[in-house]
Amino acid sequence: MHRRLAAAGLLAAATLTVAGCASSGGSGATGPSTQSSSSSAGVAPATTSSSAAASCTPATMKTASANTLTVATDSPAYEPWFVDDKPSNGKGYESAVAYAVAKQLGYSDSQVKWVVASFNSVVAPTPKNYDFDINEVSITPKRAQGVDFSSGYYDVAQAVVVLKSSKYAHATSLADLHGAKLGAQQGTTSLDAINNDIKPGTSPAEYPTNNLAVQALKNGQIDGLVVDLPTAFYVTSAQVTDATIAGQIPAGSNPEQFGLVLTKGSSLTPCVTQAVNALRQNGTLEKLQQKWLAQAGNAPVLK
Amino acid sequence: MTSLTKNRPLLSIRDLRKAYGSNVVLNGLSLDAAEHSCTALIGASGSGKSTLLRCINLLEVVDDGVVELDGRDITDPRVNANEVRTKVGIVFQAYNLFPHLRVLDNVTLAPRKVHKVPKAQAEDEALAMLDRVGLRDKANARPDDLSGGQQQRVAIARALVTKPRVMLFDEVTSALDPELVGEVLELIRELSADGMTMLLATHEMSFARQVADRVCFLDGGRVLEHGTPEQVFGDPQQPRTRQFLRRITDAGRL
Amino acid sequence: MTQPEADSWQPSQLQLDRIRYRRSRTRRSVLIALVSTVVVLGAIVLFVGHAKGWPDTQKSFFDVRAGWDGLGAQIKALWLNIQIMLISEVCVLVFGAIIALLRTLQGPVFFPLRMLATVYVDLFRGIPLLIVIYLVVFGIPSLHISYLPKGSFTLSIVALTLTYTAYVAEVMRAGIQSVHPSQASAARSLGLTHGQSMRYVIFPQGLRRVLPPLLNDFVSLQKDTSLVSIGGAIEVVLTALNQQSQDFKFVHYVVAALIFVALSVPLTRLTDWIARRQGWVSGGAII
Repeated sequence: MHRRLAAAGLLAAATLTVAGCASSGGSGATGPSTQSSSSSAGVAPATTSSSAAASCTPATMKTASANTLTVATDSPAYEPWFVDDKPSNGKGYESAVAYAVAKQLGYSDSQVKWVVASFNSVVAPTPKNYDFDINEVSITPKRAQGVDFSSGYYDVAQAVVVLKSSKYAHATSLADLHGAKLGAQQGTTSLDAINNDIKPGTSPAEYPTNNLAVQALKNGQIDGLVVDLPTAFYVTSAQVTDATIAGQIPAGSNPEQFGLVLTKGSSLTPCVTQAVNALRQNGTLEKLQQKWLAQAGNAPVLK
Repeated sequence: MTSLTKNRPLLSIRDLRKAYGSNVVLNGLSLDAAEHSCTALIGASGSGKSTLLRCINLLEVVDDGVVELDGRDITDPRVNANEVRTKVGIVFQAYNLFPHLRVLDNVTLAPRKVHKVPKAQAEDEALAMLDRVGLRDKANARPDDLSGGQQQRVAIARALVTKPRVMLFDEVTSALDPELVGEVLELIRELSADGMTMLLATHEMSFARQVADRVCFLDGGRVLEHGTPEQVFGDPQQPRTRQFLRRITDAGRL
Repeated sequence: MTQPEADSWQPSQLQLDRIRYRRSRTRRSVLIALVSTVVVLGAIVLFVGHAKGWPDTQKSFFDVRAGWDGLGAQIKALWLNIQIMLISEVCVLVFGAIIALLRTLQGPVFFPLRMLATVYVDLFRGIPLLIVIYLVVFGIPSLHISYLPKGSFTLSIVALTLTYTAYVAEVMRAGIQSVHPSQASAARSLGLTHGQSMRYVIFPQGLRRVLPPLLNDFVSLQKDTSLVSIGGAIEVVLTALNQQSQDFKFVHYVVAALIFVALSVPLTRLTDWIARRQGWVSGGAII
């Protein structure tokens, strides 16, 4: 008898709790809205206000740390984007771009500080404790709902890396890859490319890091690895010398671009975007690409 | 030849020594048991009764001395101990039966696995043996459902079903409630009357008096005194025997 | 057969007073428990509900619609976890028993086997499961030995089996050694060999005794099947991860968590039932 009484009481308490949840959910929505109203794609450059030009100096920019530009990237930092896993040495395309952006904004090299942020945390809609992240992050509408992007600093192509001995080494079209077991890093646009563009018969393997995916390729556990083209060149020339690039995935109507990632609604976004635009216009980006991503043209495009 | 075998004791133990570390339990013990005889082993705790029985059925390896069964030295390391053990049945004081098996399975386990008796035949023989001990109707029960006395009777049936040459009883009634002791002793008495050779380590002096052909008093790891029950209980020669028996009497167990 | 006296017994007034007193005390305790529960829960609801981040948390962690939509994909991926779980459990039981038995062998002639078993158990209880998975799933194929398996499915099972066998073997060994030595004496006295005694008498009893801790290890194993995702296979947790990276809602993890709980509940209840049957749970409450 008492057990029933207790049970009834607990049920009442539970009902009260649920009711409380429902009601307080509707009220007091004072937090920052996570729904982005605008910015379908962060590709649109120069949506900056006219006053922005004047206010983008170390003195006026509200950086995480005064008079310092805090830049984030993942660890380990891969070639050809960085060299020797040391972003601060200025070598590698992304390291160079970061320092170029800093210089454009008026920061000296010594005012640039590097921190580590994992890829997954970068694309998540959480506040960042750095000013911007540079880590081969492709600009997508989905991601733009949760983070801010600068304009693109590199046009991305996805490529398929296979072992030279693989039967897929001579693939000429996407259809040739339908029987392959492909792999890519979790959560990347490379993975999307597999699912949306190649559409193989077997579901792809998703690895926590690129290094594990490369190991799987070496082991023969996957037939092909999909990564962006410069990384593909690095993989085939330095990491897995008996691998080759089977081909590039055609870019489609909306080519992917890498962008710098900032906290959603960051006040630095207009400045940073402006800086990237300037670097593009004055040819710096092109020059850096030539220097660091020299082979970015030799892989055939799969039809 | 026949007279020789007839006179030879079924079980012959000579100068047995067994020590556990520095504790010498059996110290040159010698003892003979004729076929069909019932030998009672009495003595204080720690006098070596259990150890002696465990040496006989090779659960313990002796440090020195010989045990002969049917004229064969069973303490020889070349002897197959498992085979010897089927000829020596033993019933312990407690934790005898296998609790996860039915009573019937307890009794048929050894015949089926050791002697390779087919299941149906083993069960028939087991039921007959359970009948013999008066527990046929408990064949499908679990050991935990039985009283202590019933469990010991099943244990006796289980040991008998391998048709041993000699039965060893290691204080089989000591852990039982007094009212259950009687049924077990009655069974042992019947077995003895049927001609089973047995060694009986016991505290039940009155029982030993009634049933045993010989009584051996163990003290200090050897047989201090032995003889018929009338001799040992009625007229003990050794002072230590007298002392022991007096203590037993005072405790009201004689 | 006489009727037992109890049929005609009626409680005395004294006993009725006792009953009434105890009932009133119980009623009071239940009421207090109820009121305090309501108060505490109410306080939590008020406190959490008015926290600044609550609406966002609610949208992220408790968006039922999004969670429900994602459930289908997770259930589909669950099949992979279940397969790995079932196969691993069988392997672990078999190998665990073997290792446990090896460790309980007696006599100097068996020393090498005992030592090997001990080394194995120490090694694989010491190495973190994650490292074992990396070594097995990625390391073994890198040797390029053609007849060894390459797929992450098979190798994950190998990794899980290697690690969990070590734990289960120890649990089983504890069970075997907890069986009273007189059982072994009784069995050997009947002429059973060491192997027969172990097989028919000791091991069955030992295993029954350690079923609860054993099942505990299996509940743990069920959850660790998600580590196959390191090898690239798409199982439940990875599916949740992907869903979360699509819409940034954590409710998908909540859904995955609930799926795992649902998976383990039958096993945990079975464990409790067996424990009760074995008499592990102590008797009724004292008044």
